[in-house]
Amino acid sequence: MSVSGNPRTEDLVQQAIRGRRVGFGDIAFPAALLLALLFALLFLATLLVDVFVKAWDALSGRGWSVVSNPLSLNAETAGLWQSIMGSLALTGVVALLAFPIGVGAAIYLEEYAPDNRFTRFINTNIRNLAGVPSIVYGILGFTIFVRFVNAVGAGGGVGGKNLLAGGLTLAALVLPIVIITTAEALRAVPAAIREAGFGVGATRWEVIRYHVVPYAAPGILTGTVLTLARAFGETAPLLLVGAATGFFSAGAAGPLDRITGPYTALPVTIFSWARQPGADFRALTAAAIVVLLVVMLTANAAAIILRNRFERKW
Amino acid sequence: MRLLFSGAAVTSVIISLLIMASLAGEAWGFLSSVDLSSLWDMGWFPRRDMFDIKTVLTGTLLIAAIAMLVATPLGLGAAIYLSEYARPRARRWLKPILEVLAGIPSVVLGYFALTWISPSIVQRLNPHAGAFSMVAAGIGVGILVTPLVASVTEDAMRAVPHALREASYGLGAKKATTVTRIVFPAAASGIMASLILGVSRAIGETMVVAMAAGAVGGSLFELNVFEPGQTMTAAMSALAIGSDQVAGGGGEGAVNAFQSLFFLGLLLFLMTLALNLLSDRFVRKVREKY
Repeated sequence: MSVSGNPRTEDLVQQAIRGRRVGFGDIAFPAALLLALLFALLFLATLLVDVFVKAWDALSGRGWSVVSNPLSLNAETAGLWQSIMGSLALTGVVALLAFPIGVGAAIYLEEYAPDNRFTRFINTNIRNLAGVPSIVYGILGFTIFVRFVNAVGAGGGVGGKNLLAGGLTLAALVLPIVIITTAEALRAVPAAIREAGFGVGATRWEVIRYHVVPYAAPGILTGTVLTLARAFGETAPLLLVGAATGFFSAGAAGPLDRITGPYTALPVTIFSWARQPGADFRALTAAAIVVLLVVMLTANAAAIILRNRFERKW
Repeated sequence: MRLLFSGAAVTSVIISLLIMASLAGEAWGFLSSVDLSSLWDMGWFPRRDMFDIKTVLTGTLLIAAIAMLVATPLGLGAAIYLSEYARPRARRWLKPILEVLAGIPSVVLGYFALTWISPSIVQRLNPHAGAFSMVAAGIGVGILVTPLVASVTEDAMRAVPHALREASYGLGAKKATTVTRIVFPAAASGIMASLILGVSRAIGETMVVAMAAGAVGGSLFELNVFEPGQTMTAAMSALAIGSDQVAGGGGEGAVNAFQSLFFLGLLLFLMTLALNLLSDRFVRKVREKY
């Protein structure tokens, strides 16, 4: 796609210079490139088909009980109820923490911060945080957040390795991504919008609140949905903050106990089921993956459609 | 408002400091209590006080290398096609699908690597390979890294000004020549950045390796990629799963084993940090140019 000028300029020039002759390289090179792209997409297609085929027995034989039954070591009755609820609750905690802090930080960095050494340091730091391996965040959760949750008296019966610690860990993990995507959305709003606001006497806050943020909102929301989907599918850091402890916990506890007690999450369940022996569990693992993929792909598709629909060209 | 927002921005710095503090503290505890000769042994068996760094480093680097062997041609090819050849309408369809691939959780790719890549690709190539192998994990990680490489490379290629392409066509160069001799070199530092970022991501990937590379408890030093291998991240996740037993079981060896988790974490953090800073430098070079 062209950035400027006629997108087919190259074709016209080619024709003018060498007539309509087409060399071998003109076909083989793009064909090889297309092959690379299709190969990547083929892996995606194979993955989806493979998982659905493996999950079919469990899904067709068991129906909704795969989703609505509680966790169990018996492959015939095991379901995903606590895992799904745990993952949703975790994502909720992440949304409550990472969204306001991330958007606030992005607004500061894009709209308020002077271009000095400290701001550049924060920006570099955020980009680096986004590249820190997820399991390292698990260590952060284990040493800091678990102790913090314990210290404020919300440790429950699991010494702080509960939903709150898990949510804090995942929120720290996705915070840099929220900041980066929000900052990108804010940067895409043309300076003219801000200048027009200032020109009619609006304060900086009014310009941000009534002009910049509403224009950037679709971008911010898409980014947030994608980020929450990522948190929903994250496994490694949760292994360190106790997500496996909820394997046997039944849901007979009060709401407070559920937040501070043992918990588990859908991807962690997939990990532990994948390690169980036997064909029954293999099919059940595939079924759990189907549930996870349905949630994540729906969120992804929604975000992409939202973006394509509201994307503005200035 | 401004103060509140700047506080939010500073949160990210605090998180960095907390990560470094939590890693450094416990890693120092590990280094000062463990026998330093156990860091150069015949294998990685934390429960038996054998913390051979070269075992986990080799495993990590081998799997990252296999991953890049997969991700480099696929990612670069896809990116060049999308940015230079695809018609706008095709691009509008192909790009989101590639983004979906980027959104697949790593635990799913781990399962895929173990149940499909291993029997359908690896064991067909080499009948002696077991169900768990470094190749299977490496290919899985490669698929995971491909969309990242593709998207950063595509950004770099699209940032090359159109005037350069037009000048090349004006001199009578073919499209393929223009792409390989003009656009590709102009975007070289951005492409370099995408590959470095890919390596950093491959080194830090945990679930695929933990599920498909085998060697859950420990591993001998291994160079054959068709054998199970141990990476830093897989060793960390193995220690994390067993962590409760270690804490409950007590004993000097168990404490050391658990603390080795932090030592590995610090090593991993420093390696990825160096790679990320390097990639950041390359990206900035592109921005300065255009």
